[in-house]
Amino acid sequence: MSQSAAAARYVGQSVKRLEDPRLVTGHGRYVDDIVLPGMLHAAFGRSDLARATITRLDTVEAEALDGVYAVYTGADLNSYNDSLRASLHSPESPAPPANMLAEGDVRFVGDPYVMVVAESRYIAEDALDLVEVEFEPLEAVVDYEIAAESEHHVHPELGGNLAHDLPVPNPATDEAFENAAHTITETWHQHRQTNVPMETRGIVASWQPHAGVMEVWASTQSPHELQLVGARVLGIGEHKMVVHFGDVGGGFGQKMFLGREDMAVLVVAKLLGSPVKWIEDRRENLLASNHARIEQMTVKMAVGEDGSFLAADLDQLEDDGAYPLGGPATPGAMATMLYPGPYRMGPVSWRARTVYTNTCGRGAYRGPWQMESVAREQMIDRVAREIGMDPLELRRRNVLRPEDLPYQVSTGLHFETTISPEQTLEQAAEMIGYDDFRAEQAAAREQGRYLGLGMALYIEPTSMGMGPLGTESAMLRVEVDGHVNVFMGTGSHGQSLETTIAQLVADELGVRPEDVTLHQGHGSGYGFGTGGSRSAVIAGSAARAAASGVRDKVVAIAAHLMEASADDLEVADGVISVKGTPAASMTMAQVAATAYQNSDALPPGTEAGLEHTARYKAPPSTHSNACHICTCELDPGTGKVTLLRYVVSEDCGVLINPMVVDGQIAGGVVQGIGGVLYEHAVYDESGNPLASTFLDYLLPTAAEVPDLECGHVVVPSDTPGGHKGTGEGGAIGAPPAIFNAVADALAPFGVYPNRQPLDPNAVLSLIASSPNS
Amino acid sequence: MADQIPLSMTVNGRTRRGLGEPRLTLADFLREQALCTGVHLGCEHGVCGSCTVMMDGQAVRSCLLFAVQADGADITTVEGLAPDEETLHPVQEAFRDCHGLQCGFCTPGFVISVAAFLEANPDPSDEEIRHGISGNLCRCTGYQGIVAATRQAAAVMKGNEQS
Repeated sequence: MSQSAAAARYVGQSVKRLEDPRLVTGHGRYVDDIVLPGMLHAAFGRSDLARATITRLDTVEAEALDGVYAVYTGADLNSYNDSLRASLHSPESPAPPANMLAEGDVRFVGDPYVMVVAESRYIAEDALDLVEVEFEPLEAVVDYEIAAESEHHVHPELGGNLAHDLPVPNPATDEAFENAAHTITETWHQHRQTNVPMETRGIVASWQPHAGVMEVWASTQSPHELQLVGARVLGIGEHKMVVHFGDVGGGFGQKMFLGREDMAVLVVAKLLGSPVKWIEDRRENLLASNHARIEQMTVKMAVGEDGSFLAADLDQLEDDGAYPLGGPATPGAMATMLYPGPYRMGPVSWRARTVYTNTCGRGAYRGPWQMESVAREQMIDRVAREIGMDPLELRRRNVLRPEDLPYQVSTGLHFETTISPEQTLEQAAEMIGYDDFRAEQAAAREQGRYLGLGMALYIEPTSMGMGPLGTESAMLRVEVDGHVNVFMGTGSHGQSLETTIAQLVADELGVRPEDVTLHQGHGSGYGFGTGGSRSAVIAGSAARAAASGVRDKVVAIAAHLMEASADDLEVADGVISVKGTPAASMTMAQVAATAYQNSDALPPGTEAGLEHTARYKAPPSTHSNACHICTCELDPGTGKVTLLRYVVSEDCGVLINPMVVDGQIAGGVVQGIGGVLYEHAVYDESGNPLASTFLDYLLPTAAEVPDLECGHVVVPSDTPGGHKGTGEGGAIGAPPAIFNAVADALAPFGVYPNRQPLDPNAVLSLIASSPNS
Repeated sequence: MADQIPLSMTVNGRTRRGLGEPRLTLADFLREQALCTGVHLGCEHGVCGSCTVMMDGQAVRSCLLFAVQADGADITTVEGLAPDEETLHPVQEAFRDCHGLQCGFCTPGFVISVAAFLEANPDPSDEEIRHGISGNLCRCTGYQGIVAATRQAAAVMKGNEQS
């Protein structure tokens, strides 16, 4: 941890957010609030069929409508396609054909095949009704479990539906399985969900002819991904791509990469020479942004007589949909590699496959490989039931203890000594009152009431320091009046970075948080943006380093001006003073004014100005960990599950702002509640989406959510502030904890759920299938 | 294109006049003609509540009303709650104090809904709060801070009334 900082005055405090006054009064500036002179509005015509050949496409009538400026089809735009690749996707690895608009055929319901640009969104949608299109329907590939064998190909160019197949055999597992007292196998299924930021996607693009500048406002998590990929699509340099970053209404992974529509808007704005706005509507967002969690993992575990985990064999299959957002990825490979999690697991062999289907493309959704925790934690509860051991006791016997650290996992991961799975397990068990609940549960069962408890323990690799994700920069400038501007490549969209970065800078530099303004987007240095639980560690460390660099200079200048020794000075709340003699002081504003406007008074050899840029390179991974435990009551008459209590014990290292940490956890947990109990982006057998509104895609409301109780274990990481990432964790721990609670409540019926959602229908059919009924 | 109809309504205490087709929604009128961009559109089918405004004292979804239906009405949007630039409305203050918002997109609708709810039910139980705000969706906070903010705002507003 950094030694140069003044004593922490703001880090660790629940400082009220600097973002909030504008946001609670309606004065945020989101992309749809941007209005430019002459701005036009885009709307996309989308396929109603999962797979079909376009046999006729006539836009003449649409083009003739008063107020329509242009109508584009794939033939008009797709010459730009070679440059559509996302930063994380290697040009060498196989991918679906890149296109902005479908051309010749459509490959999922929602596939855009025509784009209208008009003087208002109302007119653009009127024009879409005038586009004449005919389709020849084709048999769609909908069920991902059989997609690999299907004779019908989602992308005929690829010759098959298998996108990735990564087998990682490990002969050491054979012996473990032969000698194991118990071998237990189950296939765990997650179901199709989607991110649902309350603000849908959107972009405004404005081309400045002759200047050759593209100016963009967008709802994005990653302004630099937009700058880099946008420039490539347009064939201009990044110095001509100006990306403004305003308020962003959530993303949860969806806004990390450019969508096909975003790229089409950029191209069309340049072709037309007029500003173009596209704001996705909710139906488009539910059908055609990205889906996630369509996956299953078959787990075979070898378990010893005493419950020790001896080995595991994993087979993971995931649905990539038709056009995965951000390119085809292999989260399954991560999910299998991370499967051992916070336990001594023994050797692991695995295989991870991904397939294409005629459905909405897969994209990152908060904890994109959390299948590792879902499968493992649900499996552990299953093992506990099979071998007749209490699930907490089984975890206690296998969990990584401080004496096991550092720990080399058989799958290649390495856990440092700064994780605390055992401590969080015990803290959560204490918080929920584990033994008391078991007694209450037994008594309730006597009365015919069905209570359940579920727990989940995980380790999350956060702030991954690899490739484009590895670094962030901070350019920090103390202005002439002593206030501070920081320019960073982040893309805060709810994470409170304007406040937490200000807290870090305030402590490191010696000012107040309200004296610091964070600027994101144009003018900042390259960074991958906000996602992947990376901002606190990577961006935070960059901000800290930049502030530290300036502080050194502030102290040197003040020491010179005050004729004091630098070692005797302290800097806090914008005042530089002699330790123990507070009357001997000067202000940050006085130092800054000297640095810029009276540079002859600076110490000899000191460069004028008060600014510093730092770039932080993260270690390969910084691991955070947590334990979730929840309790529920299940109504066997209606199938309704009511959550009773929900506790989380987490270790994200040093907390910058506890209020913000608890808020991140709560948001993730409630997404997990929605995922397990309510949300389902379901398709019928022909590939028609059945959840295209919020009446069908059910988000949890305040009425479905219990009070959350958060406990904190603080083991500082080895990164400069001792922080660990925490943005995604809630959504990793919650699904298996809730699933396990429902499975526990169902235990008296002798049934074993293995798939979500556990909505009332699913619960009632499980009860109906009970061997005891 | 249908004829443009003249519109006039009071928005946050000021008369706003404009023109709109019969199909123009109240939300679009407020955002584009009355320049109240705090009215947010999260679903445009009446479920998420982000576009909630007060119309003649009632909380309504401005995406489900046509502007012509509000002709002559008295509208309050989130921009109209704070008494001055230095002071927040107790509900807004409570959202800030209790971390009742993260991305802030649903917040204007929640703030209006909570203000209207507390008007009708100044001393709600936790159960009543949870049901009272269940017509608005938030994807960031898990509702923890919003429930706490509603509790705080109720206490503060009650105190203000008594003093």
